[in-house]
Amino acid sequence: MGEVVGIPRALLYYHYYPMWKAFFESLGGTVVTSGETTRAILDAGIKVTVDEACLPVKVFHGHVLALAGKCDYVFVPRLVSVERRAFICPKFMGLPDMIRCNCSDAPRIIDSCINLSRTTREYVRAVLATGRMFTRSTLRILAAHRRGRAALTRYGRCLESGMTPDEAMAFMGVAPLSDELAQRAVAAASSTSGVARGGGGAANVVIGLVGHPYIIYDSFVSMNVIRRLREMGATVITADMLPWAVTEREAARFPKRVFWTIGRRLLGAGFHFLRSGTVHGCLHMSAFACGPESLIGDILEREAVRHRDVPFATITVDEHTGEAGVLTRLEAFVDVVTRRRKQ
Amino acid sequence: MKITFAHMGNLYITVKALLEDLGAEVVVPPMPSKRTLSIGSRYSPEFACLPLKVNIGNYVEALELGADTIAMAGGVGPCRFGMYGEVQREILKALGYEFDMVIIEPPQGRIRHVLEQVGRLVGRNPMRKYVGAVRLAWAKMTAVDELEKAAQRARPFERRRGAATSALGSALKLVDEAAGISQVRRALEEGQEMLRSVQDPTPGASRRNPESPPRIGIVGEVYVVLEPFVNFEVERRLGEMGVLVERSIYIGDWVKEHVFKDFMRLRKSRRPYDLAKPYLCHFVGGHGVETVGHTVEYARRGFDGVIQLAPFTCMPEIVAQDVLPAVSRDLGIPVMTLVFDEHSSDTGVLTRLEAFVDLVERSRRRRRARDGTMG
Ligand code: SF4
Ligand code: SF4
Repeated sequence: MGEVVGIPRALLYYHYYPMWKAFFESLGGTVVTSGETTRAILDAGIKVTVDEACLPVKVFHGHVLALAGKCDYVFVPRLVSVERRAFICPKFMGLPDMIRCNCSDAPRIIDSCINLSRTTREYVRAVLATGRMFTRSTLRILAAHRRGRAALTRYGRCLESGMTPDEAMAFMGVAPLSDELAQRAVAAASSTSGVARGGGGAANVVIGLVGHPYIIYDSFVSMNVIRRLREMGATVITADMLPWAVTEREAARFPKRVFWTIGRRLLGAGFHFLRSGTVHGCLHMSAFACGPESLIGDILEREAVRHRDVPFATITVDEHTGEAGVLTRLEAFVDVVTRRRKQ
Repeated sequence: MKITFAHMGNLYITVKALLEDLGAEVVVPPMPSKRTLSIGSRYSPEFACLPLKVNIGNYVEALELGADTIAMAGGVGPCRFGMYGEVQREILKALGYEFDMVIIEPPQGRIRHVLEQVGRLVGRNPMRKYVGAVRLAWAKMTAVDELEKAAQRARPFERRRGAATSALGSALKLVDEAAGISQVRRALEEGQEMLRSVQDPTPGASRRNPESPPRIGIVGEVYVVLEPFVNFEVERRLGEMGVLVERSIYIGDWVKEHVFKDFMRLRKSRRPYDLAKPYLCHFVGGHGVETVGHTVEYARRGFDGVIQLAPFTCMPEIVAQDVLPAVSRDLGIPVMTLVFDEHSSDTGVLTRLEAFVDLVERSRRRRRARDGTMG
């Protein structure tokens, strides 16, 4: 059955899981993930991190600990940069170090350093080094990498068609097994054509949701924001559902190129939602004290003031956020959006 | 054109010398005060890091004094600093100020571009003038660093509490007013003499520990380390408690590493990176790696404790803070983190400093007893 690789279901799991899974499985590994985020996972993460760490980083620690005893390795890549001249967030650059220092119970970690900011060479070297843990054959590693890329392309297309990560993974048949959310998603995917379409609720509005993937798609962290909005009858569009060309073009309205990949994508999506007339409201969700979002959010708020026709709200979450409070705010927001729409 | 820039400790002495020598008219913002901070935090994004907020306060106060051009440095990430300029411009524009903002970006190409941008600020100058201005600014910067170090060494032994700090103040004023390199040199000597004369030369005169005062290293994010207003003068506080303080970064280092090497694309020093391994093995923006590396270095040099200073929400420092407990455990050196934002209070900081100094002394006594040396 080969080596078992654990992939924490947090942070950029939501962007790359299909690729990572295909890669490790092509090399003969078995992939397991931690389950959905729970209070226990968060609490375990809180216990080993400093107070100042942001919620997603704490959650990530919890997921790593949840994989203890379930795998031979846990995959904690150092995601420095996934494109030229840009980064994700400084915290991603130190993630394996934080895990090593704080989670002595964790399985051995695979900390491939992904850095595409300057050259592709470094990236290729990292892929090969990671693959060598499983096979000596460079050809096999490259083939595994190709399969991973192919899975990622397919995944991206699913997202652009309006699926959430859970739905896309279920649709592709790569969702973690025995996953309640995935099963729900499969049911949803087979019963409706446009899966992001709202169901049931009275509101018939489209809402642009701007936020880091590991916040808005993590049902625990986001207090189920997507499902809630849909239950109220809203159709939800996220940055990941927009073509890159659109978000790049929109983000270029800002006088400086934003050097955070996700930050730029979110800024572009926010600008698009506010300016294009394709949504009825724009909701921004971010982690308390998130560095990049403190500035991206400010830029968006200023833009929103110039487009008062599109209601805009920000919801900040941290480990103390209560579901009831978020729900009230969501209801109020959807209310405003619906009323504005009727006018 | 009246140019202004943000404060960072005594950096203004250097920047002012540089710009004025190049013929520019400079408006130095008032030294940061409660008002500065309250203006800054009122108009800045809530979770922006503290330097951005205090900068905004500086700019507003300088614009009120008639400045019309703001000069600042840009950046290419991963830290927020590289986005400051654009965000700050938006904030100030929304407040209705009319001004020109010149953001000097590190060159993607050659140093000529930087000179061109500087030229936009100060008008065209012959090369000779640039060289002269840089030499004067450099001399002042070095003098400021030397004086600050001398003050750190003097404080635990001063006869009268506060004497070293006021001597430092007068000395810095002399440096600031010096019109040429030889005057800077004289100001430095005079200042060093003043700082010597405030000390009690009798052995055992240290306020805290007659044998040898405890030594504490200060590490962290450059702005809060260098700006006494935001860190509630930790250095002076510790010094006056009888602690010998050293900090990991002085303005000269910052300018050499950040301004010169970044801008001239020279290789940066690897040393902090080597020291930070295996705790933090990769650049994380800002001074994260330096914070960890210097903590290791202070431990190896036998310091009695390390204090990390960080702005609230500072990403690189949070990564560093997250691995520091492991460093502290492995190397047996007490480490404390102080996080600053607009809500930090004087008494809060003081209480934590006192508690930490006590802890450091206790752990030192234990260590000495164990090692068999008395102290
Ligand atoms: S982008 Fe924000 S939420 Fe994500 S790791 Fe960085 S600080 Fe945390
Ligand atoms: S180093 Fe910290 S304080 Fe400085 S810009 Fe970066 S996040 Fe802000």
